[in-house]
Amino acid sequence: MNVIAQGQGELIQPPDLEAFREWNRTRKARQLVDKVMTEAEAVAQFVADGCYIGTELYGTVRCPMSLTREVIRQRKKNLRVCGQGVLELDLWLAAGLVSQLDLTYVGLEVFGTSHALRRAVEAGAVTCVEWSNGAIAWRMKAAAMGVPFIPTRAMLGSDTLAHSAAIVATDPFTGAPVCLLPALILDVGLIHVHRADRFGNAQIDGITGFAFEMARACKRLILSAEEIIATDEIRAHPDRTIIPYYLVDAVVPAPFGAHPGEMAYCYERDDAVYREWIAASVTAEGALAYLAKYVDRVPDHRAYLDLIGEQRLAELRVA
Amino acid sequence: MADPTYSKSELMICVAARLFQDGTTAFIGTGIPMLAAMLAMKTHAPGVVPIFEFGGTGAQPTQLPNMVGGARTFERAIAASGICDIMEAAQRGFIDYGFIGGAQIDPFGNLNSTVIGAHDHPKARLPGSGGGNDVGSLCWKTVAIMLHDKRRFVPRLDFITTPGYLTGPGAREAVGLPKATGPVNVVSTLALMDYEPASCRMRLRATHPGVTVAEVIANTGFDLLIAEDVRVNEPPSVDELRLLRAEIDPERLYI
Repeated sequence: MNVIAQGQGELIQPPDLEAFREWNRTRKARQLVDKVMTEAEAVAQFVADGCYIGTELYGTVRCPMSLTREVIRQRKKNLRVCGQGVLELDLWLAAGLVSQLDLTYVGLEVFGTSHALRRAVEAGAVTCVEWSNGAIAWRMKAAAMGVPFIPTRAMLGSDTLAHSAAIVATDPFTGAPVCLLPALILDVGLIHVHRADRFGNAQIDGITGFAFEMARACKRLILSAEEIIATDEIRAHPDRTIIPYYLVDAVVPAPFGAHPGEMAYCYERDDAVYREWIAASVTAEGALAYLAKYVDRVPDHRAYLDLIGEQRLAELRVA
Repeated sequence: MADPTYSKSELMICVAARLFQDGTTAFIGTGIPMLAAMLAMKTHAPGVVPIFEFGGTGAQPTQLPNMVGGARTFERAIAASGICDIMEAAQRGFIDYGFIGGAQIDPFGNLNSTVIGAHDHPKARLPGSGGGNDVGSLCWKTVAIMLHDKRRFVPRLDFITTPGYLTGPGAREAVGLPKATGPVNVVSTLALMDYEPASCRMRLRATHPGVTVAEVIANTGFDLLIAEDVRVNEPPSVDELRLLRAEIDPERLYI
């Protein structure tokens, strides 16, 4: 294949497909093993300093926020992160946990740009490699397929490509230029689901974002779930299983685990807490005060929910 | 019938809404595109299929979507899938329009939402591509929605996040982007623009009511082509404003 152009961005997680196959052969139990544990246990066991980690979907929508907060509580360092982040990556950036980003979008949607991202990048604390949303998801898809790269017709001609680690090559079949996206094998993925059994068989209601792809692109996968259900319920509706147990390393029961984000059909976004972050994060001090209040001064997710309060949580529930 | 009490954003939403064609698929970005899509569906284009990047297809939301991945993007939808399904639909030619925004736009409709200044030492770090690059690369026609001033309408971008016509005619095809795709309109706070086919350069088509051609030119940082017959956009009708205020955004989050 004739290489036409190459992005200047660093390939911060080069894929090793043989190692991934070997990992999946030897490190992923085929047996049904009870994987239920707490956020603290799962993060301590599976998230290492310097690891390459991703969260699904994004911070205000079905995002594993109780796990996100636990990663901060344990002050994991030098994380290399892919995102796609609204709020959850803000929190990690503000806490100073991130060193490198495969970045598609870090912002606050209609509330504008991320102050935490601006501070981290403009100070030179975090380096960014650029991708589109589609590209990051397709990179995970390539890993899920077990292939080294995936071609796309997006990104071509842009500075997004110039500052990515993608390659433009000549399609050997047609001779046309095509963008090649390297497979992305994450060390750790965090996904929040509506329900899972104790072994990790999981269901999601509504859109699935990139959960299917990420779940198959990780060496370690930590699920948090609104509800733990019996395996019989999984077996009664096998078409609903988006993540089968053998992909999963930990199952963390986490009702309201996406708070202050929303969980489709369960609860709405908690705008009061979200807006509190938006206002607080304007300054570094404000961001740290928010982290102290909602992360460091609450020992675990149960204490976090107590802080939010039963009455507020009840108000957020979708009837 | 016009209602003189409208705001600038209400006007921009109405002008954008009128660009939706009934019976087409439209990729909807966050913010004003969501309001414009809902208004179009409640007026002249009930058959628009709104598509949201994280998997919502064909929603008929009773409440304004507030997040591109939120539950309202697949309320009463015909499908709830995932981002790969949506972006692949665009890549194989199923998405007719894309409605997106950016911090800066140039005469060829290229958009910047990544950095102001140098990439590695930016003056301002912006959110990044998100789905913008995919939409601008893969949808048939893209419409940009922009605040209109000289800092945003610039001769040269600091960073091309999302391709418009790149350097001009033939440039998209030359780099391998799908044929016959590209930006078709810009809806700004001052006017409606299109692109002159021979040069692929942005052209003023219609000013908003009360805005002069000279004002549009003065607020544009590059030589804007001017159509021979610059029209004036219709102000929001009583019906459009009622729908926006009473049904679409009763909490006035955007308008």
